[in-house]
Amino acid sequence: MSAPAAAALAGTSGSTTRLALRRFRRNPVATVSVAVLAVLVLSAIFAPAIEALLGPGASEVDLLNRFAGPSAAHPLGTDELGRDLLVRLLYGGRVSLMVGLTAAGAAAVIGTVLGILAGYYGGRLDALLMRLTDGVISLPLLPLLIVLAAIDLSKLGLPAAWVASEDVSLYRIVVLIALVGWTTVARLARGATLAVRQREFVRAAVALGARNRRVMWVHVLPNVVSPIIVATTLSVGNVILLESVLSFLGLGIQPPIPSWGNMLTNAQELIWTTPALAVWPGLMIFATVIAFNFIGDGLQDAFNPKSRIH
Amino acid sequence: MFRLLVLRLTQALVVLLVMSFVIYGLIGLMPGDPIDLMISADPDLTPADAARLKAIYGLDRPLLERYAAWLGTALEGDLGYSRLHARPVFEVLLPRLGNTLVLLGIAFLLTLVVALPIGTIAAVKRDSVADYAINFVAFAGISTPPFWLALLLIMLFAVTLGWLPAGGMGTVGVDSLADRATYLVLPVVTLTLASVGGYTRYTRAAMGEALAQDYVRTAWAKGAGLTRIVVRHALRNALIPIVTIIALDFGTLFSGALITETMFSYLGMGKLIYDSVMGNDFNVALAGLLMATFVVLVANLLADAAYTVLDPRISFRSHEADR
Repeated sequence: MSAPAAAALAGTSGSTTRLALRRFRRNPVATVSVAVLAVLVLSAIFAPAIEALLGPGASEVDLLNRFAGPSAAHPLGTDELGRDLLVRLLYGGRVSLMVGLTAAGAAAVIGTVLGILAGYYGGRLDALLMRLTDGVISLPLLPLLIVLAAIDLSKLGLPAAWVASEDVSLYRIVVLIALVGWTTVARLARGATLAVRQREFVRAAVALGARNRRVMWVHVLPNVVSPIIVATTLSVGNVILLESVLSFLGLGIQPPIPSWGNMLTNAQELIWTTPALAVWPGLMIFATVIAFNFIGDGLQDAFNPKSRIH
Repeated sequence: MFRLLVLRLTQALVVLLVMSFVIYGLIGLMPGDPIDLMISADPDLTPADAARLKAIYGLDRPLLERYAAWLGTALEGDLGYSRLHARPVFEVLLPRLGNTLVLLGIAFLLTLVVALPIGTIAAVKRDSVADYAINFVAFAGISTPPFWLALLLIMLFAVTLGWLPAGGMGTVGVDSLADRATYLVLPVVTLTLASVGGYTRYTRAAMGEALAQDYVRTAWAKGAGLTRIVVRHALRNALIPIVTIIALDFGTLFSGALITETMFSYLGMGKLIYDSVMGNDFNVALAGLLMATFVVLVANLLADAAYTVLDPRISFRSHEADR
């Protein structure tokens, strides 16, 4: 389908989206953030190529070459096991970005479904779901996540071989964060659904005999999507922060898989001798998170210029 | 008013009860339960022995039955014994709770003292250089991993400058308030910096909305001065949404305290929970998590009470009408 045809099919939402994008492009901070993020994503994608460029074995353990300073072979030096810091940062970025995007996406799906259900059906279901949302929002999440992250998965009946595999920490953290991170999207989706539910085209669809599922999917969802996109963009940054905290505490991504958080696990001792090792991973987290936050803020202004102070 | 408080208190108790069951169930799923530990301590232990031990400790009974038994003794004030500290859980918990409340209280007040005026300035001088600068700094604060912020502060003030201790509660052998205070500076600063960005943005948003209301325009028309309009008319009304968000956000503040305490070896609740989870000290982990939930719920209740003071329009009736 060509772009104009798609825009025509989407009706007015095509032109509002285009207007929003134009407003977004005029926002310098958001545009710079997109560029920064693009560089981060590209360097994560091409991490293997960059590693090959530095010569084979740059990220291998090399105990004779620990804490080396920057050199041609190791542009940012090496870590406490003699591994190349730059290559580990790039691979860490792969993990952190992937976890951030998938967990935020999964949380957005959960939040959208619950929010639309609550807003559309109202009544007891709404009250129940919103009390649940309030409850999850008000809990001290980090202590709870620490317990959840420490659970022995084999006691849940999952196969022991799978539990012992290296990638389990990746799946576990995505699931955990999605389980607690849906609340903001749920509230926004509910609010937007409440507003849309009374509009003429929704009532017309109901009057024409459309099933509830179809009304929600075809008529409600497209009209609640913009606040959800904004909230999800803003939440990616939060998810990356949460992942880094858990990995730093030894409960998130498990070594040898590098993540920006677990690269800082030993930093408290390293700051006395090799501060660079404690600075770089944190700087990467900071740059990524602030870029997502500025993009989310820019999208908010672009989609909803009237209430731009929010 | 009284009925509202009773209703809220009942709700909080129900949440606490539900949470206690959830947490009890989760703790049972953690690795290294007492039987696991006995098996690893004694390689000759046969599976039959392990099963017999489980029966002796009642671990073969269904979850609900075990939970009911735990709840019974807990309500009598017996939270069990700490494995790591070799003392009753209650004795371990209380001083830690005090330390955390000191850290949280000071950081919370400091955050408000900084965030309310700065957020107000940003809202009043909307789209000015000051607004952009404040917004940028607030975003930077929100986007900084709190544990990394702690690392940077330790690096600067403890390693490079040597002005402040890198962690702990006090110098060994010295017992003065001034000494205790020097150990509090970095944790308090970390926690304040970690939360001030978010609070500034809430204030800016709420004040921006309040300043756009008709009653503010009326006040301008009457010829009221800027200070009077901002403080008496806008801030008074903006405080209501701000208090709501702050109350809901208290859990986040507690999470920040956990990170801060762990980074600075500050002996508070957060570090206690983390250490007990990592060290298989289940009785402490369970009681600590419940205590943390309780503290957060009490903060929410206080915010509810604060509403009625801030806004006389809110009464029990209007709460019912919301539903």
